[in-house]
Amino acid sequence: MSLYVEELLGEADAADPTTGDVTIQNYTINFGPQHPAAHGVLRLVMELDGEIVERVDPHVGLLHRGTEKLIEYKTYTQALPYFDRLDYCSPLCMEHSWVLAVEKLLDLEVPERAQYLRVFFAELTRISNHMLNLGSHVMDVGAMTPNLWLFEIREDCMNFFERVSGARMHSNYFRPGGVHQDAPLKLLADIGDWLDTRLPRLFEDAISLVADNRIFKQRNVDIAVVSRDDAIKWGFSGPMIRGSGIAWDLRKSQPYDVYAKMDFDVPVGTRGDCYDRFMVRVEEVRQSARIMKQCLRDMPEGPIASLDRKVVPPKRGEMKQSMEALIHHFKLYTEGFHVPAGDVYVATESPKGEFGVYLVADGSNKPYRCKIRPTAFSHLQAMDFMAKGHMLADTTAILGAMDIVFGECDR
Amino acid sequence: MRAPAPAYASNDGVIDAARAALGGMLLDAVDHVGEVALHVRREDLYDAMIALRDTPGLAYQQLMEIAGVDYPDRAERFEVVYCMLSLTRNHRLRVHVATDEEKPVPSVTDIWPVAGWLEREVYDMYGVLFSGNPDLRRILTDYGFRGHPQRKDFPLTGYVELRYSEEAKRVVYEPVQLAQDFRTFDFMSPWEGANYVLPGDEKGALPQAKGAQTPLSADAIAKAGAAQSPTQAPSEPKSTESTAQTGIGKSESDATPKPASPDVIPTKGGGQNQ
Repeated sequence: MSLYVEELLGEADAADPTTGDVTIQNYTINFGPQHPAAHGVLRLVMELDGEIVERVDPHVGLLHRGTEKLIEYKTYTQALPYFDRLDYCSPLCMEHSWVLAVEKLLDLEVPERAQYLRVFFAELTRISNHMLNLGSHVMDVGAMTPNLWLFEIREDCMNFFERVSGARMHSNYFRPGGVHQDAPLKLLADIGDWLDTRLPRLFEDAISLVADNRIFKQRNVDIAVVSRDDAIKWGFSGPMIRGSGIAWDLRKSQPYDVYAKMDFDVPVGTRGDCYDRFMVRVEEVRQSARIMKQCLRDMPEGPIASLDRKVVPPKRGEMKQSMEALIHHFKLYTEGFHVPAGDVYVATESPKGEFGVYLVADGSNKPYRCKIRPTAFSHLQAMDFMAKGHMLADTTAILGAMDIVFGECDR
Repeated sequence: MRAPAPAYASNDGVIDAARAALGGMLLDAVDHVGEVALHVRREDLYDAMIALRDTPGLAYQQLMEIAGVDYPDRAERFEVVYCMLSLTRNHRLRVHVATDEEKPVPSVTDIWPVAGWLEREVYDMYGVLFSGNPDLRRILTDYGFRGHPQRKDFPLTGYVELRYSEEAKRVVYEPVQLAQDFRTFDFMSPWEGANYVLPGDEKGALPQAKGAQTPLSADAIAKAGAAQSPTQAPSEPKSTESTAQTGIGKSESDATPKPASPDVIPTKGGGQNQ
């Protein structure tokens, strides 16, 4: 091909003729949708210059199940189990936003014991979520052992969930007005023992393997540094915004349930890289254990759900004795309760960040609209600028430090 | 407020501050259920957002969420809701904008890059257009999807279903076929304004025969007779679940034939216990 043609095609320049010699093109590869480090069904279309990432275009939605549309056709009680299936690694924190939103519209008082139980199990959920995330993060960057040990803890958490709600993962435990059942005393005692002995031993052992490990630091320190301004502009929340050095925790700044009475610290990062985000989560686990111990110490006796029989159904035993309870039970499990018209946006601190529910009620027994604010959406969107200029192998570290779960991202 | 919902800074003075900062851009401001909602003119959304972010007394630095809502009865059927958060003032606020299928909403991606995907999602789910968004593709639905699933007139089941076809050796799309109608129940009490047409109701609309027994006084009868006109049947039932649609009460032959399933092997009759 003559130089003239190359110039016409824009491949060469008369002023700089060397560019026409060999044209090196960037190439585009697919990362996922089936990839062990994609943490689910994520398809990343990556443009690579050699091994340097030039551009990332995440394609999400492969797990879209239309949860928001389905919720519009269900009563408020029936919609609750859908929240377990959003972020299936931290189901109770998903339920928390929903019940708080419904309670806010109803202006429903919740007994103190129920608030304590919700905070207690939300924090247990946070521990179990971070076990999965921290473990898979270290595995993404090449370490195997900590993941196995952290999964031991996660398995313990699962057993506790099963003992309180009957289900290991999809607990369906919180209710508008309180919780479904009281936690047995033996369970609370067992969790207390576990917090004192097994959790710190296993967790600190596993983390001691990676926190100061040279390879782990090489793979994470100074990878995907996010400045404070960027974190705000990109709508970061949770450990992602704290990793960038902004001490913002909804449990602290906008306390819900009994978080206002809890004494805990908010860890922040200093550099805003993947290592900081990892270490923020590590510290959050310790703080969660602290909150849980305070819950065990302060939890009062009393009812575990609101006594407003127009919202919370009576227990079975009561139903067998009282005609009125029978009527309430029947009405609440068929028709459900009506929620006054209005719209609220309620956000809680889920283990991954701000998980919000924008709920529009029209006065009937079904939500008119329920928009779920996933944490992953804003974080994954920032993948492009975070991965730009890094090596291909760093994307797994970046993704691991984001803590994405696609049930919640795609809804 | 008695509910244990997240507690942030009080709403006092927020509406006044917003009114001062936005001026004519603000159509309406509501404080309901402890949350402030500002209704802003669509054309001025971009400037209003800049003002909300940069005015010292407001300082909503973060855009957390953009939600679409569909109100089919309104002239401009869609509402786009921006959920804002002020980190410094620890306050939340919502900005509402009304639009329809054609009128685009100004994009706020220049102010908050996070809006890129959030606007894409509203576009995907409702078909709301955003002018200025550089990458307004679908995001959650399938490649090549048609329609906007969160609209109220989009059926819950969708229009197509897909399966892997062994003959074609690929995934094929087919019109959705349900073995059973979607079951939904309307619990609205007839004493609370439910407006059903029940069999036999049409008789009630006919004028009563003159001289029939009635507890009314003569005056009332005369007045009613003057004003009487054939009352029209209730226009539209409250919900879409009318019997005409579900086919309840139709005889078996009227109902749509069940799709023949290849898994079902027809027997000679008499049931499987014979």
